[in-house]
Amino acid sequence: MFGTVLVANRGEIARRIIRACRQLGLKTVAVHSEADRGAPHARDADISVEIGGAAARESYLNTDRILQAARQTRADAIHPGYGFLSESWRFAESVRQAGIVFIGPGPDAIRRMGDKIEARRLMTAAGVSVLPGSLDAVGDVARAQAIAADIGYPVILKAAAGGGGIGMARVDKPADLAAAFAAATRRAQAAFGSGDLYVERYVERPRHVEVQVFGDDRGTVVHMHERECSIQRRHQKLVEESPAPRLPPATKEGLTAAAVAGARAIGYTNAGTMEFLVDEGGGFYFLEMNARLQVEHPVTEEVTGLDLVLAQLRVAAGEPLPWGQSEIVQRRAAIECRVYAEDPSKGFLPSPGTIQKLELPSGDGIRIESGVEAGSTVSVHYDPLLLKLVTHGDTRAQALERMIDALDRSVIEGVRTTIPFLRRVVGSAEFREGRVHTQMLEQGAFNA
Amino acid sequence: MPEEIKAHITGVVFQITAKPGDRVAAGDAVIVLESMKMEIPVEAPRAGIVKEIKVQEGQTVQEGDVVAVLE
Repeated sequence: MFGTVLVANRGEIARRIIRACRQLGLKTVAVHSEADRGAPHARDADISVEIGGAAARESYLNTDRILQAARQTRADAIHPGYGFLSESWRFAESVRQAGIVFIGPGPDAIRRMGDKIEARRLMTAAGVSVLPGSLDAVGDVARAQAIAADIGYPVILKAAAGGGGIGMARVDKPADLAAAFAAATRRAQAAFGSGDLYVERYVERPRHVEVQVFGDDRGTVVHMHERECSIQRRHQKLVEESPAPRLPPATKEGLTAAAVAGARAIGYTNAGTMEFLVDEGGGFYFLEMNARLQVEHPVTEEVTGLDLVLAQLRVAAGEPLPWGQSEIVQRRAAIECRVYAEDPSKGFLPSPGTIQKLELPSGDGIRIESGVEAGSTVSVHYDPLLLKLVTHGDTRAQALERMIDALDRSVIEGVRTTIPFLRRVVGSAEFREGRVHTQMLEQGAFNA
Repeated sequence: MPEEIKAHITGVVFQITAKPGDRVAAGDAVIVLESMKMEIPVEAPRAGIVKEIKVQEGQTVQEGDVVAVLE
């Protein structure tokens, strides 16, 4: 096992990782920007190092400064968390070349899964079903038109290098394709430095269901069951739960088998997530793989009773997976609500500011992962996630009841948050009945 | 009547999409702010000609700050 772990992140996830390190008796190093001086994550660690300016590219995205901090504190491992450099294969490679262990998958797996077209090709070869569409970047409108005619409208255009919904465009009929293609290319170029697009069939009212996988360097790959994550805004998740309600057993079996086959095919190690779209008939299609720890990993932890971050540390240190497939059981139900500093009444506009008051619930079945406290400044420079409320119960109904209660007892003043919106979601008949899909928000399902 | 265009959120100016003299329609983006990893356009409230852009790329603006003026 390592002696010292540097956590190259901030907010709730940095605190979560520091806690796990502490459980294993490891020394911890936090890095922070100028804006995060005195932030909770920096105080939690044994040592904290200021690595640069408030803008992420000067600090949390600055490989040189992070490696310098690691050398200075003699850290022998780096955990990247999620976001920032977690899915940069160049960062993972640089860490390795510096003689430091990267707690996550190998750079090669990150690179191949980060290229969405390459990922589709690899998964197809592994026998995992993907949405009908182009297997390569589509260079021009004429080719896009030919492919769209072949797979049938509506289609969706996606940035090959993209994520987070940027550069995506739905096209309903051939006449709209040329303009949408030009706009999506421009947006992808601006956001990702590459205008490459691919074309896929657009699925009506799909569910987003993902499977947690975990591999070790002995070639063992297990799945840790599914998470339902259909409640999204801007293609980013707001509510996640497990088990996924109303998921046909055959679909569930297919999903988990496909996730393991896909991860095994690329020799995946450490924690990762295979994301799928599930259509109304129970058919499923591979979307992408997140080659890192997910925001919503606590859902799986609460359901299985297993600690993913501890396992990440052990596996990165060369130990075998701490559990076999048969020991990974969905024992309970769990739900996570993401509390963002956003104003749901204004289309989820960011709401930076200072947290004046913060009252969070505690009690049976409630877990909170928070990156902030009363007095914290919520800066414009970073992702607006403040904290995650996670509840579990013996049944889904109990987990849901606890979530409603937890949301009702949460008070945050000084910034607008997603709490009122989340409360409407979990209180709705659709959510209670598990009748959810990824397009509900844009259709106004939970408007006040 | 000149009309001030104000930022509706706090953020950093990511991009300036119009320049003085440009004719804009209601709803056209005049600047794009970046806040919390999101790009948020600040739009012209009505059609008109841009008289002045009062911010520079990279500058932090507060909610309510004037970012541009329409003629």
